[in-house]
Formats: sequence, structure tokens, C-alpha cells
Amino acid sequence: MFLLLPFDSLIVNLLGISLTVLFTLLLVFIIVPAIFGVSFGIRKLYMKTLLKIFAWATLRMERGAKEKNHQLYKPYTNGIIAKDPTSLEEEIKEIRRSGSSKALDNTPEFELSDIFYFCRKGMETIMDDEVTKRFSAEELESWNLLSRTNYNFQYISLRLTVLWGLGVLIRYCFLLPLRIALAFTGISLLVVGTTVVGYLPNGRFKEFMSKHVHLMCYRICVRALTAIITYHDRENRPRNGGICVANHTSPIDVIILASDGYYAMVGQVHGGLMGVIQRAMVKACPHVWFERSEVKDRHLVAKRLTEHVQDKSKLPILIFPEGTCINNTSVMMFKKGSFEIGATVYPVAIKYDPQFGDAFWNSSKYGMVTYLLRMMTSWAIVCSVWYLPPMTREADEDAVQFANRVKSAIARQGGLVDLLCLPGHLDSAHLWVGMTCY
Amino acid sequence: MGSRSSHAAVIPDGDSIRRETGFSQASLLRLHHRFRALDRNKKGYLSRMDLQQIGALAVNPLGDRIIESFFPDGSQRVDFPGFVRVLAHFRPVEDEDTETQDPKKPEPLNSRRNKLHYAFQLYDLDRDGKTSRHEMLQVLRLMVGVQVTEEQLENIADRTVQEADEDGDGAVSFVEFTKSLEKMDVEQKMSIRILK
Repeated sequence: MFLLLPFDSLIVNLLGISLTVLFTLLLVFIIVPAIFGVSFGIRKLYMKTLLKIFAWATLRMERGAKEKNHQLYKPYTNGIIAKDPTSLEEEIKEIRRSGSSKALDNTPEFELSDIFYFCRKGMETIMDDEVTKRFSAEELESWNLLSRTNYNFQYISLRLTVLWGLGVLIRYCFLLPLRIALAFTGISLLVVGTTVVGYLPNGRFKEFMSKHVHLMCYRICVRALTAIITYHDRENRPRNGGICVANHTSPIDVIILASDGYYAMVGQVHGGLMGVIQRAMVKACPHVWFERSEVKDRHLVAKRLTEHVQDKSKLPILIFPEGTCINNTSVMMFKKGSFEIGATVYPVAIKYDPQFGDAFWNSSKYGMVTYLLRMMTSWAIVCSVWYLPPMTREADEDAVQFANRVKSAIARQGGLVDLLCLPGHLDSAHLWVGMTCY
Repeated sequence: MGSRSSHAAVIPDGDSIRRETGFSQASLLRLHHRFRALDRNKKGYLSRMDLQQIGALAVNPLGDRIIESFFPDGSQRVDFPGFVRVLAHFRPVEDEDTETQDPKKPEPLNSRRNKLHYAFQLYDLDRDGKTSRHEMLQVLRLMVGVQVTEEQLENIADRTVQEADEDGDGAVSFVEFTKSLEKMDVEQKMSIRILK
């Protein structure tokens, strides 16, 4: 027993040292390329390997299920009800025409019978909605060894369970600490870097440094999440004096876009860690942060944003007009505020591949910290970003129509379902521009 | 944690529900499956939050009111029979229903009158049997509110109530509502067909 003690401490020491060295090497290996914006392609290789493993796992499960005569895929994935694909305007016109005997020269804005359309559509979604249906269908086409997305998991074979256990081990004991360390480094570098840059005199050098500090830190954060991003059409990237508008799936959308471009952020002032980050960032370059009281005043918000875009030396604003996180299959109604300002709009479509990790944040179910932990213990976040050509409001268009046009363009590009555009509450600037408050 | 397809035996009171709502066995099975999909925590009943999770419903201007219609009399839970009872209003009207109209039996849930009554309830928030100008204004704000000013909204509300109001009490009763929509093919507009 006593003989083991000195032996023990030697082993422990060696283990400790080698782990620390390994860790530091990894950190350096990942951070240095982030600083220079270079990629070794390691993440792509990682993704390919994972895909091969998932395909194997799915085959095993299917074979196992067939042997035991189990029903592996959920039934009714094709929809419960018969729907006819007419648009809001068409249906309402038809309803009014059939119900009233008057000649409809000028369509009134409202009739008693309009309610039928909304009523039925609402009931249809209760019976069968695209999102719930599609999510349960997407689940099992290829199991990604994250049992949280596979409700049908049963014990199929020893090999599969061992593989799953190994996956858990790797994700929680190796990837998670690494990612947390990276995230920590990224955020502290951001705060420190922007504060330091803030002390420089205004000029070209300060702008240059500010841009690179921002980019570097966002790149580190991207690696902290192991996000594998494919950018398409980068020649359409937003330019100064414009507004960049994107569909919003998760809080990490900001990181994904900001790591490839230099934007001015728009948002509400928070307390705590977010507040520290916000205050530091604004020292280096002008972001637009609103106090809680200012957010309620639509005109103030509009004024500040208009001032910002009219100054051509200022950076393009990054806005997510949806204001809430949507499960990544639809592009919800875009709030019209951002489109009234009159600047050039650069639409961006972001689409996540759910196979490696679901980036959707259900804010009623998980808090921010739980969400981040889920992100950091997934295999990877894979997404595609499309930069669409810039759009401007036409002379005969109003803000709502313009918003719809942009929304359709984004939905088409990302292959997302263009959800019906229905009027909703717009009683505070918060919802008007679509600033997200967590 | 395995998957089980629902069998008729699993639906409690399946027979009485079928008689009351008129749904076929197959439709009931599908609705039961849907009920269980919406009931994420497997509680056996649905709460308001379960229905609020449906994204497409949240965008619908009448979404909240439709959800409320599942919880009559201030209840907080809706079980499967209650769920199906509301959905039964939207069952398409088939010829067999009108033929076997037994005057002693209660009107089927998907009759024209009951469909209209369901829609009327979405207007009539306080359930007093009348849609006042104030209630009309509230619904208008939900459905049209973005595109028009407050003044225009009031004008529209006034016009709509005036057109339908016959006894001049400044509110639209259910009878007046029915009368103003007598030419409308309500049965078709308020029907959802369930696939086999």
C-alpha cells in the first residue's frame, strides 16, 4: 500500500504535465490561425470523419430494427390534413366575394368573414404544422450519436452503445473544456483588445486595428464552437452605409456573420458580462446600443439608425428583423422597421445543418447557459451563409412590401419555408426593429 | 423509450368520442398521435404552453384566442376528448350527417350553426353573446392593425358593426352575425379534411 504512494504521485504529476502541455499546444494551434484568418482544414476533415461514422451507425440501427421488426421511423410524416396552397390575399378575396352580394370595386380592409381564414389556418397548424412534423422526420434519417435528438434510441447492439459512450466521453471530457478555454480566451481578448484600441487617436490606424481585433476574437469564438461555415457569394458582402439583414435562428448567428465581416451591432444595453463586452466594443468603433427606456421610442430608434447609415464612414449595421429565434426551417414575418430607414439592404441567408448539432434555441425551454453548454457539447455546428445581392426599396413599394420581398429572397436562397406574412403587434421599437433581448 | 403505434384500445373512451364528434376511427388515431406529439412532457393533457409552442400559430393574429377556445371556463388543461371536441367543429360536412338528422339527438358539432358559433366566439371575448364595438376594435387591431391608423381602425369597426347590426343596440349578436353571412359557404371555409 505504501509502496504505491510515491509511484502514484509520479504518475499523477506526469499526467498533469502532459495534459497541460497538450492543452496549451492545442490552444496555440487553434488561436494562431485565428489571428491570421488562416484555416488548416482540420475542421473539414473532422466533419468528413464524423459523417462516415454516422452513416455506419444508422445502417447498424436500421439493420437491428429490421431484425427485431421494430418500427424505426415515426408514422404520418407526410401530413395529416389536406391543405390547399393559396396565399392570404387570394383566400380573403375569395371569401369576401362569396359572402357578399355587393360588387367589390374597392376591396375594403376588413369584413366579418375574414375571420374564417385565420381561424381555419390556425386550426390547421394545431392539427399538423410543418415544423413539428419536419423536426420529427429529420430526427432519424441519420443518427448523429447525440441521444438527445433520437427519441427512438433503444439498445441495438453492443458496438453501437460503446461508440455512443465513447462519443459522450470525447464530447464532455475533451471537447468541452477545450471549447470553454477557447471561448474564455476569445472574450477576454475582445474586451482587452477593444479597450486598448480605444485609447488610440482616431484615424486610419485605429480603424485598422479595431477591425482586426474584432475579427480575430470572433474567429476564436467560431473555433470555440467548432463551427464549420461555408460562405457563398462573398462578393455581395455588406458595405458601409448599408444595413445587413439576416434570418435569425440562434444567438450565435452574430458570431458567425461577424467573423467574416466588420459590422456595427445594434442592441439593447445589458448588464453583467454582456454589458462589459458592449462597453468595451463601443470604445473601439461606433456600435449602436440603446438603453432600455430608449427602446420603447420608435422615432428615437429610427433617428439614431438613420444617422448611422447616412454617415458613409460608419460600418454596415447588422440587424435580425425577426426578433425571436425560429427553428431553422422557416423565415418568419420580418418586422418592417429596418426597412423604413431607406438605406441599401444587404440580405443574408443562414442555414444550419442539423445533423451535427441543432443550433435552435428554444428560449422557453432552456436558459442561455444551458443553451451554450448544449452547443459546446455537440459535435460541431455546420452552417452555410449566402450573401445575397443588395436590395433597395422601389418608389412604389411601402416598407411592408419591401420587407416581404427581402424575406422571400432569403427564404428562397436558404431553402427555408417562407411562412405566411401576417400582421402582428408593432407597439414598441423593440419589436419594430427586431432587437433581441435575452 | 420505444415507439408504439397507437391502437384503438389506447384511446380512452374511444367509442363515445367517436359518437360525439363523428370522426372516423382512422381520423381519431391520427389526432391522438398528434395530441401525443404536442404533449411533449407526456403529461396526458395539453396546457396552453404546449399549444403556444407551435410556431405557425404564434404568427396567426388569432392564435391566442384559438388557444383560449380549447380551455373553456378557466380550465388549465385540455385532455384528448376536449381537444377533439374543438377540432370536431372543423370536420367537413358530409351528406350522411344531414340525412340522419334525428331531431331528438343534439346537433352535430360540425353543423353550420356550430361552425359559425365557433367563429363568433373568437370575436366575443367576454362570452356575453354579443360582439360590441369595443370587442370588434380589438379583433381588428389584431388582424389589420399594422397597415392602418387608429382612426381608420375605429371607422372600420363602426362600419362593420353598423352593417351587421339590425336591432340597433350597437353590438352584433350571434343571430345578426349568422344573418350577415347567410350567403357564405361556411361549411367549406371552416372545414379541414383529414387524409386517410
